[in-house]
Amino acid sequence: MKILVVDDEPQIRRLLGVALKRAGHEVAEAGDAASALRLARTERPAAILLDLGLPDRDGIELIPLLKADGEAALIILSARDATDEKVAALDLGADDYVTKPFDSEELLARLRTAARHAGRRGEERLSAGEIMIDLAARRVERGGEEVHLTRKEFALLAELAAHPGRVLTHGQLLRTIWGPAHEKDIEYLRVVVRNLRQKLEEDAARPSLIVNDPGVGYRLAR
Amino acid sequence: MLSEGAARLREGEDVVVGVVETHGRRETEALTRPFEIIPRRVSENHGRPLSEMDIDAILARAPQLVLVDELAHSNAPGSRHPKRWQDVEELLAAGIDVYSTINIQHVESLNDVVASFTRVRVRETVPDHVLEQAEIEIVDIPPDELIERLKDGKVYVPEEASRALSHFFSKSNLSALRELALRRAAQAVDAQMLDHLRAHALGGTFAGGERVLVAVSERPEAETLVRAAKRLADALRAPWTAIHVETGRSSGFGAAERERLARTLALAAQLGGGTASVPATDVVSGLAGYARDYRATQLVLGKSSRSWWFELRHGSVVDRIVRSAEGIAVHVLPVAGQVAAGRPARRNWREGLEARPFLWSLVMVAVTVACAVGLRQLLDLNNVAMLFLLPVLAAAGRFGLRPGLFAGLISALAYNFFLLPPLYTLSISNPENVIAFFVLLIVAVVTSQLAARMRAQAELANRSARQNAALAGFAQRIADAANPDELAQAICGEIARLFNVHAMLFVPSPAGAALVAAIPVEHRPDQLDLAAANWTLEKGKPAGRGSDTLTASDWLFQPIAKGDRTLAALAVAHVEPDGAAIRSDELPLLLSLAHQSALAMDRMQLAEAMRELDVVRSRDRLRAALLSSVGHDLRTPLTTIRSAIGELGQSALAPAEAAIVDALDGEVERLDRFVGNLLDMARAQAGAITLAIEPIDLTDAVASAVHAVRKTLDGHDILLDIPPELPMVRADPQLLHHVLINLLDNAGRYAHPGTPVRIGARRGPDGLWLAIRDEGPGLPEGKETAVFETFTRFDGSDRARGGTGLGLAIARDFAAAMEVDIRAERCTDPQGARFTLSWPDRLVVRIDPEALA
Repeated sequence: MKILVVDDEPQIRRLLGVALKRAGHEVAEAGDAASALRLARTERPAAILLDLGLPDRDGIELIPLLKADGEAALIILSARDATDEKVAALDLGADDYVTKPFDSEELLARLRTAARHAGRRGEERLSAGEIMIDLAARRVERGGEEVHLTRKEFALLAELAAHPGRVLTHGQLLRTIWGPAHEKDIEYLRVVVRNLRQKLEEDAARPSLIVNDPGVGYRLAR
Repeated sequence: MLSEGAARLREGEDVVVGVVETHGRRETEALTRPFEIIPRRVSENHGRPLSEMDIDAILARAPQLVLVDELAHSNAPGSRHPKRWQDVEELLAAGIDVYSTINIQHVESLNDVVASFTRVRVRETVPDHVLEQAEIEIVDIPPDELIERLKDGKVYVPEEASRALSHFFSKSNLSALRELALRRAAQAVDAQMLDHLRAHALGGTFAGGERVLVAVSERPEAETLVRAAKRLADALRAPWTAIHVETGRSSGFGAAERERLARTLALAAQLGGGTASVPATDVVSGLAGYARDYRATQLVLGKSSRSWWFELRHGSVVDRIVRSAEGIAVHVLPVAGQVAAGRPARRNWREGLEARPFLWSLVMVAVTVACAVGLRQLLDLNNVAMLFLLPVLAAAGRFGLRPGLFAGLISALAYNFFLLPPLYTLSISNPENVIAFFVLLIVAVVTSQLAARMRAQAELANRSARQNAALAGFAQRIADAANPDELAQAICGEIARLFNVHAMLFVPSPAGAALVAAIPVEHRPDQLDLAAANWTLEKGKPAGRGSDTLTASDWLFQPIAKGDRTLAALAVAHVEPDGAAIRSDELPLLLSLAHQSALAMDRMQLAEAMRELDVVRSRDRLRAALLSSVGHDLRTPLTTIRSAIGELGQSALAPAEAAIVDALDGEVERLDRFVGNLLDMARAQAGAITLAIEPIDLTDAVASAVHAVRKTLDGHDILLDIPPELPMVRADPQLLHHVLINLLDNAGRYAHPGTPVRIGARRGPDGLWLAIRDEGPGLPEGKETAVFETFTRFDGSDRARGGTGLGLAIARDFAAAMEVDIRAERCTDPQGARFTLSWPDRLVVRIDPEALA
C-alpha cells in the first residue's frame, strides 16, 4: 500500500517513513501543500497522512482538494488538540484524526481501518463481537437472536456501520438521521446511543461497540 | 395594617415595624407587640427633639415586609426626603414590601375636591402614582360610628386641633369622604381589571388614542387645572401634558410668578403628566400649534379671569381657542381666584415703569415741537401735524408700548398747545383741527402698539436665537475635548459661563461620587453635597436645592443620563449663597445642555472602551499565538522522540536495552502529559477558555476518560456505578474530559496497588453528582481545599508520587469555567479520598421523548 506523508517537519517524515516501511508500505513524502497536491495526483497513494500545520497553506483547505482527487484514505495528524478543528476536518471528509504525539502502533491500526473503508460503502453484512448487522435485511442479531430496534436506533446503527471504524461527527449523524433542522440537538443522539448500548453492548457502562470521541462524535468499533 | 402584618408574621414572613403611631393608646400598643420595631432616628431641630423613621436601619435590616404608618407624613427638616412616601418608594425600590396607611383626604388628585366641601386644605398629600402601584384595602367605618368613636376618644385628634377639626368631622363631610374613598378604591380595581383585559387581550371597551393637554399659567389656580386634567386623563386612561405658553409677557414675570409656574409644572410631573414650555407670540397660537403637534384630543383651560374690557378688545382666549382648535374637546373650568388674582399683573405694571424712556420721549416731543414751531411759517398746519408721528414712532419702537402711548398723548397735547389756534391754550377753535388732534392720538396708539408687538416678537426670536447659539456653542466646545477630563472641564466651564453660576461635575466611582471638575476650580464639595451627588448618580434623579431630596444643599444636582445609565451628576449653585440654584425658566436650557453633555460623555466612554478593548484584544491575540506556538514547538519534538522510541521497541533488543526503551517511553509520556497540563493551565489562568457547552452522557464521558488514562489505572479495578437512566448534563466535552482525566490520573497514582477505583453518579435533590473514590492514603486533615492549589503536593505524605502538581488545579479551574462544583473529601473505611463533581439543577438536561421515536 502506498502512503503519502505530508508534514513540514523532516524528522517526523523520516520516522513515519521508517515505521510505515517496517509495516510493509511504500512511502512518498511532501513538505508543503503544493507538493502534497502534486504527489497525490501522480503517485495515487492509498492513504494520506496530513499534518495541518503546513508552511504554504492551512491543511484544512487541502482536505476537500485531496478527497476530490481520488480514493485515498485521509488521516489528519495535528499538534492542535482543538475539538472544533477535529470536527471541521471530519466534516470536510477526513477519515480519521490523530493528535500528536501519537503512538506509531495505534497510528498504523487506524491507518489500516481507514484504508480498508475509504472510498466505498461498508459491507452489507458486518459483525462486531457477538453483534451481526445485516443492512440490506434491516436485521440486527446479538448472539444469534434478533434484537428489535426502533427506526431511529436502526438508522443510527446503519449509518455508523456504513463507515466502520470511522468517527462520524454529531453534526453528520444528526443531519442524516434527524434532518438539517436538528443538527444541534445532540441530546437526541445521546439518548438513542444510550438505548442502542442497552440493547447491544455487553456492559452498557463500558461501551466497546459504539465509542464516543468527546465533543466530536461516535464510531463503530470492530 | 397591624393585624394584617401580624397575619403575615404568623405565616412565617419576616415582618418589622418601621414606624407606627400608637398615640399612647394601649389597644394599638398591644397590636405592635409581636413585631420587631426598628428604633426611630432622633434628630434635633431648634432644640426640639424630632424622631423619624430610620430608613437606613430598615434598608440594612432588609426585612420582607415593613409596616409604615401615615404615608402622607412630612419628615422633619434635614431628613433624606421631605416626605415619608418618598422613603417608602426607596424601600420598595430596595425590594422590601411595605404596608402603609393613608386617609383619603391626603390623595393629591383629590386635594381640591376635599377642600371644596370641607373648607380645609390639606397640606400633606401623596401623589397618585404612589397609590397606583399599591394594592388598596379600604378601612370602612360608617360616619355615625366614627363620630361615636371620636366622642369616646378612640380616634386620635391632637388637642390643639380638636376644635378646628370638629367642623371637619361633621357627618356630611365624613359621608362625602367615605364616598370618595370607596370611589377611589373602585377606580383602582377598575384599572387592574383593564390591565388584565389588555394583558390577556380579552377585548373590552376602553378609550384609545386620547391625549389630554392642560394649559397652565403662572397663576395659583393653575394647580387646580393640573389636578383636574389628571383626573380627566385617568378617566380616559390617556397620557397628558401640562403646557405653558411663553409669550413676551412671561419675560416680565417676577421671581414669585416664576416660582409658582415651576411649582405647577413640577406638580404635573409628579402626578405623572408630561410638561412643556412653548415660546409663542401669543397664547392662542402657541396653544393651538402645540395641541396640533401633540395630537391632543382634550384641552383643559381655566376660564380667563381677565376683565370684560380686555376681552372686549382682544376677544376671549377661550373663544379663539375653541375656534382655532378643531376636533379638540375644550374643557373650560371655572377657577375661583383663591389668592388675590390679578394682583401680580398690577405689580408688574408698576415694575415696568422706568423713568428714563418717558424722559427721552418727552425730549423727543420737545425737539419736535421746536422744529414744528420753526416750520409753522413754511408749512400747512396739517402737514406739520405729521411731524409728531416721528417721536411717537421712535418712542414706541425704541421703548415699547407705554412710552409710545405717553409720547402720543403729549404729542397731541403739545400740538394743540403750541400749534393749534388759539395758541398756548388746550382749547381748539377750528373743528377740523379737532379731527387732526384725535387722528394724531389714534395714530400714536396704533403705531406704538404695532411697534411694541414687533419688539416683543423680535425679543422672542432673539431669545430663541440666544438659546440656539448657546446650545451650538456648547456642543462645539465640548466636542473639542480630547479626553474625559477636558470634557468634564468644558461642561462645567460652559454651564458656569452660560448661566452665571458655580458648577461641579461628579462621576460614579467605586468609592461613590467623585468630583472631576469644578468652577471655581478650587471649590470642593462638603459631606452634604457628596450625599446629594451620590443620590443623583444612584437614582438618576435631581437632588439638592429646588428638588425634593436633600434640599438643604446649596447646590442643585442634575443627572446627566443616557438611557437609564447615569453617567455623571452636574451640580449648579447661585454665585451668592441662599439664591435659587437656577432660575426656573432657565431649567429647560440646563436640561437640554445636560442631555448634550450626556451624549458627549457617552461617546467619550465608548471611545475609551473601544481603545481598552483593542489593547485587551491584541494582548489576547498575542497570548493565543504564544500558547499555540509553544504547544506546537514542544509537541513536534515529542512526536519525533515518541515515534523513535516506538521504532526502537519494535526491533529485537536485549532485555537491558528493552528496559531502557520502556523507561524512555514512560518518561516521554509523562513529559507529554506535563506539556499538555501546562498549556491547559495557561489557558485557564489566562481566561482563554472558550466554552462549547453541549448535553453530555456521563457514561460516554467516563468511558472516554477511563480509556485515555488506562495506563495509569493499570492494576486497579474500575467499578462503575452510573445508572443507565441518569439524565444528561450540560458541559464542555473537552474540558470535562480533562477534568475527569486529571481526577482519574490522581486516583490511579495514589490508590494502593490492587485496590479498586469507584466511579459513581446519582441524581440528587438539586442537581446531579459524579464521584471518584480511591483507596489510598487520603488527604491530610483540613487540606481538602488546598489540594486544588497549583503545585500542591503534600510533602511527608504519600501524596507526592510522580504528579505534576497541576492536574487538580486544572480540574478545579475547568470545572469552575463550566459552573460545576468540585470538592475533595477524606474518607475512612477504607481510607482514601473522594472527589465529587456537582452539577446544579439548571445544567441537568430534560428531554422531550417525542423527538426520539
